[in-house]
Amino acid sequence: MIAKRNNPLLFAAILAVSIAAPLLFPDYRTQLALLWLMVIFAMTWDIMGGQMGYNSFGNILFFGIGMYACAVLQRDSGLSYFSALALGVVLAGALGIVTAIFFGAGILGLRGHYFAIGSLGLAIAAGEIAGGIDYIGAGSGMTTPLFPGRSEAGGLFFYFFFFVLATITFFTLRKLYEGRFGLAINAIRDDEDKAEAMGIRTTRFKTTAWAVSAFFLGMAGAGAGNLFKFIDPLDVAFAGSTYGVWMILMAILGGKGTLWGPVIGAVIFHITQELFWTYLLGWQRVALGLLIVIIVVFFPQGILGWMRERWPERFGQKIDEATRTSGGAA
Amino acid sequence: MLSNIQILFDAPLLFVDLMVNGLLIGAIFALVAFGMALVWGVMNIINIVQGEFVMLGGFITLVVMNKLGLHPLFGIPISAVVLYGVGWALYHTVIFRVVDKDMFISILATFGLSILIAQLSNQIFGADVRTADAGLPTLLFFNGMVSVSAIKLIAFILALVTGLGLWLFLKKSRLGQAIRATAQNPRAARILGIDTNRVYAATYGINAAICGAVGSLVVMAWAIQPYIGLPYTVRSFMVVIVAGLGNLPGVIVAGLGLGAVENLAGFVFGAEFQIAFVFSLMVVILVWRNFKLKRRREYLK
Amino acid sequence: MKSRQFVGAAALGAAAIALTLGVTSQAYAASDTITLGAAVSMTGKYSTNGKNTKNGYDLAVKLINDHGGVKIAGKTYKIAVKYYDDESTPARGTQLAERLIQQDGVRYMLGPYSSGLTKAMAPVAENNGVPMVEANGASNSLFTKGYKYLFAVLSTSDKYLQSAVSLAGEVNKGKTVRIAGVFQNDPFSQDIRNGVLADAKRIGAKMVIDDKLPPELNDMTATLIKVKALKPDLLVVSGHDKGAALAIRQLSDMRINVPMLAMTHCDSADIIGKFGKAAEYTLCASQWDRTLSYKDPLFGTAEDFAKLFEKTYGYAPPYQAAESAAAVLVYKDAFERANSLDQKKVRDALAATDMETFYGKVKFNAEGENIAKPMVLFQVQDGQYKVVAPAKWAAAKLRWPTPVWSKR
Repeated sequence: MIAKRNNPLLFAAILAVSIAAPLLFPDYRTQLALLWLMVIFAMTWDIMGGQMGYNSFGNILFFGIGMYACAVLQRDSGLSYFSALALGVVLAGALGIVTAIFFGAGILGLRGHYFAIGSLGLAIAAGEIAGGIDYIGAGSGMTTPLFPGRSEAGGLFFYFFFFVLATITFFTLRKLYEGRFGLAINAIRDDEDKAEAMGIRTTRFKTTAWAVSAFFLGMAGAGAGNLFKFIDPLDVAFAGSTYGVWMILMAILGGKGTLWGPVIGAVIFHITQELFWTYLLGWQRVALGLLIVIIVVFFPQGILGWMRERWPERFGQKIDEATRTSGGAA
Repeated sequence: MLSNIQILFDAPLLFVDLMVNGLLIGAIFALVAFGMALVWGVMNIINIVQGEFVMLGGFITLVVMNKLGLHPLFGIPISAVVLYGVGWALYHTVIFRVVDKDMFISILATFGLSILIAQLSNQIFGADVRTADAGLPTLLFFNGMVSVSAIKLIAFILALVTGLGLWLFLKKSRLGQAIRATAQNPRAARILGIDTNRVYAATYGINAAICGAVGSLVVMAWAIQPYIGLPYTVRSFMVVIVAGLGNLPGVIVAGLGLGAVENLAGFVFGAEFQIAFVFSLMVVILVWRNFKLKRRREYLK
Repeated sequence: MKSRQFVGAAALGAAAIALTLGVTSQAYAASDTITLGAAVSMTGKYSTNGKNTKNGYDLAVKLINDHGGVKIAGKTYKIAVKYYDDESTPARGTQLAERLIQQDGVRYMLGPYSSGLTKAMAPVAENNGVPMVEANGASNSLFTKGYKYLFAVLSTSDKYLQSAVSLAGEVNKGKTVRIAGVFQNDPFSQDIRNGVLADAKRIGAKMVIDDKLPPELNDMTATLIKVKALKPDLLVVSGHDKGAALAIRQLSDMRINVPMLAMTHCDSADIIGKFGKAAEYTLCASQWDRTLSYKDPLFGTAEDFAKLFEKTYGYAPPYQAAESAAAVLVYKDAFERANSLDQKKVRDALAATDMETFYGKVKFNAEGENIAKPMVLFQVQDGQYKVVAPAKWAAAKLRWPTPVWSKR
């Protein structure tokens, strides 16, 4: 936590900038919408990787499942665009939770890098299986329905979709981290056996954490399918080698295990990537690789961690300081 | 699916063919996994660049063949030597900074390196799919029902020789003993006067050299292109996990087994589910093993 | 103090965003240049053909500019292309199309490489009323959505292997042809598959193998052993360059005999250069060939184009480069006929296109598909690609059946 817990000024500023941005820069709506998607990626990954110490390589699973669930519902339900989308988003989130609980039963029993690899295997297998099912287009992919009306309106719509989703995710997580849930998953991170010995129902907390992560990722996937307009099983839906890794990087870059770290990391990562992409045509991935190495080698504790080391006195008091309720935004 | 199984029953020799070819591919996985197990065991690093080392080995072989005009088989030792240098240099620029850190940091750092190397190769060598023709014969058995190409056989033999050689090296040689000592307890090794930095650099170099040799085999038996690395990395990952850390003979067995199972799965379920099957199997093995472990823990209680 | 620090950081971030936005926004309103926007794969799995596509575009643009550019309403314009790298992933496609149209102010687009990317970009162009002439998205499903602004100079994927299947029917006269299909699991190859399935039905053939190859699979052993077991009359392989290269390599290594082998992407994978004798007898679907007798005033004959391309880039042009160059020619023609830079008028002119280029005739149907140009089928004969079908262009007779490996 970088500033006082609730800083109305800060939230008001972010809210103002967020609402103004797509109106001021109408041409950049998709990139701005993607910015919020990145924020969601980083925050949902951090629940597991940062707060609970379970480094998941497979969170992209829920993103892909949500994307397909919503697209199938939109294709087959025969409802109007918005009702189908709304229902699809709900379905995607729900399916995320169900999947997390189902797989969590086995996978969450794994510890350390075994969990990382198990979840990676799950995500890879899911992408490959999706590519073999004809009902969802197999390797040919699926095309999501076009946004009715002008494309500018569509851009604005999806910008606010992701903005609102990111905001809800942020405040949900803040609420969760402050309570017993946050303490429990931090205890799991610090020493799972001791936590268990002290009577914390670790399995239940671990599953809940994964389900929360899956819920938001599933909904994000539903929206992203409509934003991208074309779903490819390996390159878009279960894109483990891009989005799947970026979510981890962004959380680490900002500082994992903090509330603001993933947000800051995602913003910086996304902007850097866009800059590389614009100015280093063809070499942008080389630069990205270099950037990743530099980030993890020199800033393994993230930007927030680095600042905390640099100016410890500014981070002296943390969450336990006197709190005011309800912030200025949302 | 049933009809595919039927084929195997009708012609059991094809099953032999499937298994033999699977084992030969498995030898490639086993070799790459061997290097990964070494680095993992000694340095506690999961090396994601593994596949890119393989890819580089392939390109070096192509250079040896096209620019130096040598037979591609010479590419095997040359790639190994060059890649040893690459590994050594990478250790001294990047890897030494992440050796003592959290393993997760090393995964990400090497992932960054893998993107970097793949993309640089794309810029330097171009993205074309390349292959080198070693002009070696194919051995046919049982009236052509079972076919074994000589280059795959070489890969297989090389895998066994490397496995044995490495085992002897670790057991007998001075450096091998230092590597084992460092793997057991780096601090104690340092106190006893072992230059762990040198040991780490050598370990990382040896791993890269193995991968380089594999790369030249791959370019002769299959094909390479700059983005070919990740599947090799992921499979070697899997082999090491299934075999269990510190179990070098197990790595060979698991690698060969993976090749055979993958081929069989591709045959029975159709190629589209080949990779899916293998990874689902890995997840099941992990979960099952964990479940067994837990049962044992509960008995202890 | 703390909050001030954060607001400071936020301001810094905002400034960074503003900088990004400010610098990248450049309008392409330069009065004497028409900018076409294009995304091509410079990195990632499609970068070989991304390069071919780009070289084709560049060569045509250069030639047009050197020969006086485009004349519209008495004024001469040069053509330029604004490129982005789509990294071979459709996830980038949508963003790129929006970026080109909205941020860079591009008013006309050229296509990317591969059907998947085209599928991701075409809806954006359509929504914004930006004409898009594409040369590398062959998937049929692109032309069933009622897009009004999408035009393709190439033949659709269902036609790629039509003549190969027909030939198999002819040479195996009377008996049921047994076809084995190996198709990479991507939009393009799966469309090839749909085409082959339809053709198999047409000639009454039976599919004995129908495998989808995962894009990152580097080995076809399992499928090829199935081929060995079932002995099909025709083996069809479609998997871009990697699929073509792997199939030939492994068929010869494993000594698997098939009387007839047909595939896509032979020339961009350079199977003759790579495999020499092992590539003999292979049938290759191609959009174009340098020996065909098409010509246009700018490039001259197909052979002239091929020579110019070789001189410029140092390698023989695969059809991907030729069709890309043709897309630019189509634009030039449409601009001049529209005699205006109005997007709607240019679109209408494109729809009315009826011309011959070195690459073949171009005439679009209502869906934007080029219906005037047939596919050709090569066979590798004595180290050269020889056209064997359709009959009108055939330069050589089909060699069939392929002898077994021990006799080659």
